Amino acid sequence: MTMTLRALLGATALLTLSGAAMAETTITVATVNNGDMIRMQGLMDDFYAKHPDIKVEWVTLEENVLRQNVTTDIATGGGQYDVLTIGTYEVPIWGKLGWLESLNDLPADYDVDDLLPAIRGGLTVDGNLYASPFYGESSFVNYRKDLAEKAGITISETPTWDEIKAAAAAMTDTEAGIYGICLRGKAGWGENMAFLTTMANSYGARWFDENWMPQFDQPEWKAVMTDYVEMLTKYGPPGASNNGYNENLTLSLQGKCAMRMDATVSAGALTDPKQSEFAGQVGFALAPDAGLGKRANWLWAWSLAIPASSDAKEASKTFINWATNKDYLALVASKEGWANVPPGTRTSLYANPEYAALPFAKLTIDSINAADPTNPAVKPVPYVGVQFVAIPEFAGLATSVGEIFSAALAGQKTVDEALAEAQALSVEEMTAAGYIK
Amino acid sequence: MARKVSTRRKLAFTAAAWAVALIIFFPVLWTILTSFKTEASAVASPPEFLGADWTLENYVEVWGRSDYPRFFWNSVVISVGSTLLGLLIAIPAAWSMAFVPGKRTKDLLMWMLSTKMMPAAAVLIPMYLLFQWTGLFDTRIGLVLALMLMNLPVIVWMLYTYFKEIPGEILEAARMDGANLRNEIIYVLTPMAIPGIASTMLLNIILAWNEAFWTITLTTVDAAPLSAFIASFSAPQGLFYAKLSAASTMAIAPILILGWFSQKQLVRGLTFGAVK
Repeated sequence: MTMTLRALLGATALLTLSGAAMAETTITVATVNNGDMIRMQGLMDDFYAKHPDIKVEWVTLEENVLRQNVTTDIATGGGQYDVLTIGTYEVPIWGKLGWLESLNDLPADYDVDDLLPAIRGGLTVDGNLYASPFYGESSFVNYRKDLAEKAGITISETPTWDEIKAAAAAMTDTEAGIYGICLRGKAGWGENMAFLTTMANSYGARWFDENWMPQFDQPEWKAVMTDYVEMLTKYGPPGASNNGYNENLTLSLQGKCAMRMDATVSAGALTDPKQSEFAGQVGFALAPDAGLGKRANWLWAWSLAIPASSDAKEASKTFINWATNKDYLALVASKEGWANVPPGTRTSLYANPEYAALPFAKLTIDSINAADPTNPAVKPVPYVGVQFVAIPEFAGLATSVGEIFSAALAGQKTVDEALAEAQALSVEEMTAAGYIK
Repeated sequence: MARKVSTRRKLAFTAAAWAVALIIFFPVLWTILTSFKTEASAVASPPEFLGADWTLENYVEVWGRSDYPRFFWNSVVISVGSTLLGLLIAIPAAWSMAFVPGKRTKDLLMWMLSTKMMPAAAVLIPMYLLFQWTGLFDTRIGLVLALMLMNLPVIVWMLYTYFKEIPGEILEAARMDGANLRNEIIYVLTPMAIPGIASTMLLNIILAWNEAFWTITLTTVDAAPLSAFIASFSAPQGLFYAKLSAASTMAIAPILILGWFSQKQLVRGLTFGAVK
C-alpha cells in the first residue's frame, strides 16, 4: 500500500514537473493586413516546430486602428500585446518615450550588423534598436519600355524631374487611354503627403526650418506644387486626386500608366505575368532629383517591436528573432520563391546571386540606400524622417495638409491658395503644440 | 380621369420609393458584388460589372485565414446578451416613467439620452483602464456590459414610448383584480407591449452587432466579434478590396437575414407613434 502510494506520489510529482517544463507561453502579436504579414502567418508551422513552448495569437487590424489600439494599450500600460507591428514613423517617437523594449540583446545569429544601415538607423534611438525590420521599402519610377520606345525617348536609371516631365508629355496618349504619369493624389499622410514630402525633399523644400517654422510659404514649395498639379492635370489619369497606391498600381497593371512613382514593393506585382500583361515591358529607374543632391525616394519599414508593458518579453524576442532572421528569408524563398521574400531589410539578401538576379533588386537597394532619414532635405531640418516628420503631431497635421493639396489637384483651389492655407494651418497647429514659441 | 391621375401618382411614388431604396441599398449590393470579383477586377477603373472576373476565391481565403465561427459566436453572445440584459433593466424603468411619472421624469429621460451625444473617444482611456483593472478586457461579459450601458438610453426611450400608448386604466383594472406589481408587469403590461419590446430588441441587436468602436478597442483575441473580423481584412491603402468585401458580406449576412425576416416588426417599431 505504502509502495503504491509512493509510486503515485512520484508519478504526480513527475507529471507536475514535466508540465512546468512544457508550460506554454502565449504571445499576442498585433499586426497589419499586408501580403508579407499574411505570408508569415502561413509559415508558422516552422516556428512551432522550433519553439513548441510558444503559442502565437494574431490580432490583425487595419493600420490606423492598430495604431490607435496599440497607443492606448501602451499609454495605459495595458500589456495586451506582446509583439507589435509598427512603422518607421512610430519607432523614434515611442522609443524615446520608453514605450518599447530594447532589442540590443537578441542572439548572435540575429546578426544585427547585416541590417541595412538606413533601415537600422531609422529604428535606433540613442544606440538602442527598438524594432526589428520585417520588410523595408523605398520608392522608385516604373515605366512601360514599349511606350518609351514608341515615343522615341529613353529614361535613364537616374532621371531628373525635367526628364520625367518630358517623358510624361511624350508618352501621354489620352485617346488610347494611356496616361503619361500616375502619382498619388488621395489625401492622407501616408498617401499624397508621403509622395509630396519626398518630392519636396528633392526640390530643396522642407516641412519646417530649424526653429520648427512651417515652410509652405517658401518658393521651393510653390515649385513643387506647381509641377505636381501641372503634371497630373496635363498627363495624369482622370480623377487623379482620388488615386492612392492601389488605384495607381491597378492602372499600371492594366498598362494605362506609362510611368508611375511609388513604392518599390509593387515591383513584384508589376513584373508578375499573372498580374500584368505588360510584365515583360516594365522598366525601373531611381526616383528623380532636381540636381540638388536629394532624390525623391522615401524609406519605410514595417518592423516588429515589444512594448515595455509585455509580460512575455523573452518569448516575444524568440518570435522576433525567428520572423526577422536571415533564416526566415531563406524559408520564404524555399516555399514561395525569391520574388516573395520580404525585401529591404538585410544586406545579405542583396548579396545573394539568386535574389540579385531579380529585375528590381538592384534598384530597390539603391533606392533604400539613397534615403537618409536623419538628413532628409537639402536644407537643415530639426526632424528625423524622409516622407514624414517623426513627431506625434505629424499624422494629423499632414492629413489635413494632404486634404488641402488634394483639393488643389482637383481644381477646387489654386496652388497659391492651397499653400497659404497649409501654411496658416501648420503655424496654428505647431504653435498650439508648443513647437513655435 | 381622377382615377388615372391617381394611378400615375401611385406609379410615380412607387418608382421614387424603389429609386430611394436602391440608392440606400447600393453600397451593400456593391460590397456583395465586389466580394465575388478578383482583386484586380474589384478596383478596375472604370468599375467592371458584366465583364468582371467572378470568383469564390475570396470567400475561400477569408474562411481559411480566420476563425469565422469564433467571431460570429462572439457577435451573437454580445449583441443578444447586451440586449436581453438591457431589456431586463429597461422594462421596469420604462414602466415607472410611463405610469408613475415624477416631476423630473422628462428631465431624467433627456439626461439619459444626452449620454448618447458624447463622443465615444472622450471616455476611451477611463473605459480602457476600468476594463484592465476589473479584468473585463477581452471578455464577452465585459462587452455585454459595455454595449448594454451604451444602448440602455435608447431601449428605455423606445419602451417608454410604447408603454405610453397603453391606457393606464387597463393596469388599474388589473390592480383592482388583485394583481401585484410583478404580475402587472409580467402578465398585463408585457404581453400588450410585445410588439414594441420585439422591435426594441431587434433594433438593439442590430445596433450592438454593428458597433465597431468599443468592440475593436476592448478586445484582442478571445472576445473579438465580427467588427474585429472585418477590421482584420482592411488596409488603408485599399489593398485587398475583394477580400475585405467578402469579409464584410460574411459579417453582415446574419444581421441582414434577421432584418429581412423581421422587417415588419422593425418598421412598425420605428414608425410607432410617428403619426399622431
